This record gives sequence, C-alpha cells and structure tokens, in this order.
Amino acid sequence: MTDKTQVHGRGLRRLAFAATITLIGAFAMVFFWTPNEADQGFIQKIFYLHVPLAIVTLGGFVAGGIFGFMQLRTGKRVWDLRSYVAIHLSLMLAVAVLITGAIWAKASWGHWWVWDEPVLVSFLVVFLLYACYQPLRFAIEDPERQARYAAVFAVVAGAFVPINFAAVRLAQAYTHPRTLGTTTGGMPGSMMLTFLISMLGMTLLFMTLWKFELTSKSARMRLSSIRRRIARETTTEQAA
Amino acid sequence: MIGQAITLLRKDLLLEFRDRESVPAMALLAAATLVVFHFALGQRSISGELASGALWVTLLFASMLGISRLFVAEQEDGGFDAVLLAPVERTAILLAKATALLIFLIIVELIAVPMFGVLLLGVPLGPAIPSLIGVLLLADICIAIVGALVSALAIQTRIRELLVPILALPLLLPVLIAGSRASGQIFQPGGPAAVAGRWPLMLALYGVVFGLLAFALYDYLLDD
Amino acid sequence: MAANIIELEGAERRYGERDALYGISFAVSEGETLAVLGANGAGKTTLLRMLCGLLRPHAGRVEVLGHKLPREAWAIRGKVGLLGHTPMLYSSLTVRENLQHQARLNRVTSERVDQLIDSVGIADRADEPVRNLSRGTVQRASAARALLCDPPLLLLDEPYANLDPGGSALLEPLLNAGRTRVITGHDPRALLATADSAIGLRSAQSSFVAPADEVSEEMIEALYR
Repeated sequence: MTDKTQVHGRGLRRLAFAATITLIGAFAMVFFWTPNEADQGFIQKIFYLHVPLAIVTLGGFVAGGIFGFMQLRTGKRVWDLRSYVAIHLSLMLAVAVLITGAIWAKASWGHWWVWDEPVLVSFLVVFLLYACYQPLRFAIEDPERQARYAAVFAVVAGAFVPINFAAVRLAQAYTHPRTLGTTTGGMPGSMMLTFLISMLGMTLLFMTLWKFELTSKSARMRLSSIRRRIARETTTEQAA
Repeated sequence: MIGQAITLLRKDLLLEFRDRESVPAMALLAAATLVVFHFALGQRSISGELASGALWVTLLFASMLGISRLFVAEQEDGGFDAVLLAPVERTAILLAKATALLIFLIIVELIAVPMFGVLLLGVPLGPAIPSLIGVLLLADICIAIVGALVSALAIQTRIRELLVPILALPLLLPVLIAGSRASGQIFQPGGPAAVAGRWPLMLALYGVVFGLLAFALYDYLLDD
Repeated sequence: MAANIIELEGAERRYGERDALYGISFAVSEGETLAVLGANGAGKTTLLRMLCGLLRPHAGRVEVLGHKLPREAWAIRGKVGLLGHTPMLYSSLTVRENLQHQARLNRVTSERVDQLIDSVGIADRADEPVRNLSRGTVQRASAARALLCDPPLLLLDEPYANLDPGGSALLEPLLNAGRTRVITGHDPRALLATADSAIGLRSAQSSFVAPADEVSEEMIEALYR
C-alpha cells in the first residue's frame, strides 16, 4: 500500500489549532455569555457538550460507513484505514456521550438512565452494535479479508443508524427535551449561536483526532512494510 | 441465477433433513425459553404487550441459533471452496440461505406459537392467528435477510457463535419493536385489536432496505 | 507457439506480516505438466489456490486461461479443477448426491456423474454418506468432483495421498489425459518423471524454474535444507 503519511498529515497542525480556538471560544460562551435556562438551571449547560458530541459521534459512524463503501468500491486499503479510525474514534466519543447524557439525566430528571427515552435507547443500541466492530476485525486474520468484512459491517451498521433512530422514536413516548426547539418555537438566539459554535468545535475536534490517528497509523504501516522487506532480503541472502 | 438458488436450497434442505441439526435445536430452545418465561413471570396467563414481548424474545433467541448454523456445513467440510469455484452468483447463495432460514423459522413457529398459546397466553389464540401470521411472516423475512448477512460475515471469523448474537440482536431491534408492538395489539384481552399500519410498514421498509444492502454487499463477503 | 495456459510474473501473496509467496514468475503452456516442489510451508498450496482464483494475488500479474486474476476470476470458474487437501464434499450427503449437486451448479449432465463414479471405481459405495467412507474412497470421489466439468486445467495438490496402489492406478489415466496440469507432492523424483517443467519453492520464493529433466539432485535437496 502506498504511504499516505504525508497526505494524512497535511494541514494537521492548522486543523488542531482551529479546533482548539473554536472549542475554547465555545466554552467561554457557554460559561460567560449564554443565560441559564429557566427550568433546568446551570446543569443545562452540559447540553452544549453532550448534544454536539452525540451528533458528531453519529456522523462519525455514518462517515465510517461511507468510507467502508469506498473501500469496497475501490479496493484501496487507505479507505479501510479511514473507516476504521472514524468508527473507533466515534466509539470512544460515544462513551463520553453516554456518560454526559447520564449526568444530565440525573440532574434534570433524577435518574441516571431512562428506558422511556427513545434517543438514549437508540444511541445505546448503536453503541452496542459498534462495540462488535473491533472483535469482528480481530477475529479475522487475513488483512485483505479483514478490511473487506469490516467495510461490509461499516456499511450495514452505518445504514442501520438512521433506521434505528426512526424505529425507536416511532415506538416510544416523546419525553426527551426537544433540544432544538422549545414550546415558544425555537431556541433564543444566544443559545443557538453557542450551540452552533460548539458543534463546529466538536466537528473540528473529531477531524483533528481522526487525521492525527490516520497519520500515526500510516507511519506505522510504512514501518511494517520496510520491516517486511528487510526480512525478505535477509532470507534471500541466506538462501544464496 | 434462480435455478442455482433452487439447487443450493435443495441441498440445504436435504442436509437439514439428513442431519436434523438446526430445526430441532431451534425448536427446543424456543420451548425451553417459553417454559422459563412461564416460571420467571410467575404467571400462567399474560396478555397484551407482556405476552407479545415473551413471544418475540423466544423467537429471536431461536433464530440466533439458526443464523449461527447457516454456513456450518460449508465451513466444516471444505464445501465453501467448491461453491466458490463453481460459476455460482453470490446473490444466488444469499437467496438460498435466506430462504432456508425462512423455512426453518416457519417450522419452528409452527411448534412454538401453539406452545406459547398453551403455556403463557391468557387470551384465546384462535382469533389472533390470522393477523399474527401476517406479522410473523413479515418479520421472518426480515430476520432471514439479516441472518444470511450476519452469518456470512461471522462464518469467516474464529468467534462465530459469539459474534452472531452481538451483531444480529442490535440489528434486529427495529424488527423486534415493530413485531412486538403489532402483536401486543393482537393479544388484547378483549379480542384482537386492529394492528396499526405503521408496524407492518416498518417491517416492510426494513426488509427492503436490508434486502438491498445484502444484495449489494454479498459479493464482497464470499470471495477472497 | 502454443498459448500459455498459465502466466505468472512477480506474483505475491502476503499473510499478515509474512510473505506466503514472493516474486513468483513462470509460464505453463497447453498440455504441459508443471511440478511444484518444496518443503511443507514453502507456499505450494498457496500457489495452487491462487491459480484457481480462491486467493487473490496481492501484487504481480497472474493470468490463467487468458484471464487476468483477480479481476476476471469469474471467467475461469468451472474451467479449473482443484483436487486439494480437503475433499470439498458434504459429509452428510452421499457421493452421488454431492456430485449431482455440483453437476447441477455447473450445468453438467447426470450421465457424466454416473460415468465418473464408474471410472474412479467407487460405484459400489456411491450411495453412502461421505462420512462413512475410507480416506482412499473419499479421495477418489474428490477426484471425480474435480473432473466433473472436464476442465482444461487441473490443479493437483498431493493427489495420490491416501490412495492404495490400486486407487492410484485407477486415477492416473484420468488425471493425465492430455490436460494442462500443475501438480505437487512429496516425492520429487516421481513427480519429475511425469512433468515437463518444475518450480522449486523455498520460503515463499522460487528457488528455480526449469525443464523437468534439468533438475538436479542438489537443486532438490536445497529446497529441503
């Protein structure tokens, strides 16, 4: 496989910088600028962390599916790498989403977890599904086949994410606070702005981490292929 | 392609008839699960959503077993290579395996549903049968498609029996939701209520989406 | 010049970090027999599996029957017979059921099935489940399976293993009948006697590619060192 370390590493520093600035800005806005929400109080501010993170995580899973599809289409292993990193990163962030969600739930409703909640349950199911991704990969030894099967899984699971949310929502009561709209018809401007900045920050963060891990993995793969070449040349010398 | 699918299906049915490995095991598991529910719930007659839930859990567990065993004959006898070497379209294999699983599920349900009626259900089963058949059939098709997909995915790994449930159960959750909500309405104490249109619709949509996905992806699963 | 049935150039196949095959190049023309020699683990089985499209090459050029693998693997299906380590038969079905199933998939008549069952001499055991048969009988049934489509190319991985001299005698003419063949085995001298050319594999690389009569004892011994 061609070495993509340069390609993946390009622009990483600038991206990291942009992500940091945006996130710092968002946090500043959350703590110093946006008003406290009327019925939930200060703890509601976790919304600016939890919801963008959740959206980015789900986006990461779906992106993993798209990269998986490209892997199947082109057969180029670089897509598999991109898919793997996206899913693996989203899985870790998903843990953070579940934890922040539980904190918020405890503070607002008094329970750490609420089964009635369609969004929470859907997210948990998606998390459980993607938790099999790595066991699946490691249970297949041949790298080509591993890449292909992982891609098939990524595509199926990526398609499953929207279906699952639709299904669970249809089936249950709507008790999750309508975070993107209140009874008065919409979030007040300052909250919307902060939310959007936070969304941007989280997206940039995801992309930075994604690129970073890609670069590091590309470098490691390059190293393996060099090692393999050395091993091969040593056996040729021995045979001669 | 259809001809080859039929040939493969005949082979799978012949193998099952000869070995009797999947269907009896599935039926036994379903029976055991129903008995466990009977004692765990401490009730002999439940209705509505509770009954519905028990039935669907039972069916799902039985199908996990069937899905796990779908490609076992190929794997054990090196028969996979023979299939791969023959000019067989991969979608024919998908069709054959999904249909085989569908048939197995139907046979198991023919045993499990009456047992359920006797062991757990508090309302008469008779009037519920017509609507129940429709819901079960739709759900079985969905399970068969997902089962063929997951089975092909898991068969090449070393941890097949572990992977099948953890892959298939989350994926089948929408089927569980739609199926159990629909049959919850069927198992009402006052007689079966009309099933809300959205549940069969969800099952049908799910079947179409996953059917298309399986159709598109199967080629990648069985080659090297 | 007779068309080359097989052409390999720089073919590679990796297994994780290890090489399974590296830099393999040779050609086999129509009607020729190529003997593949080497110790266990040298890559013989991998090579055969690559030639029938079961494994795709990770690099290099592989052309079989004029079709480039892996892209045109579809085109050679049913035209390459593989007699490998596993019998590729369902153990719960009878020999006849197995062969008829394969025949239907490959659009071969059932007369040919009966004909082959007779030729390999297992007509009296053909209606018993494969799991009840001796290894020699299973090997013969597997040979029948490989020959079912009358393939122009035969890949034989230790074909006479498990067979008694009677069985070998029966199988030899069937497996020789003027086809292009690639054959491996553990008796290099016996293999070379029936081959036109030979390739020696050592640690995934080819030690030599030469006409069969030019292969010396030292070359063979070097493979097993």
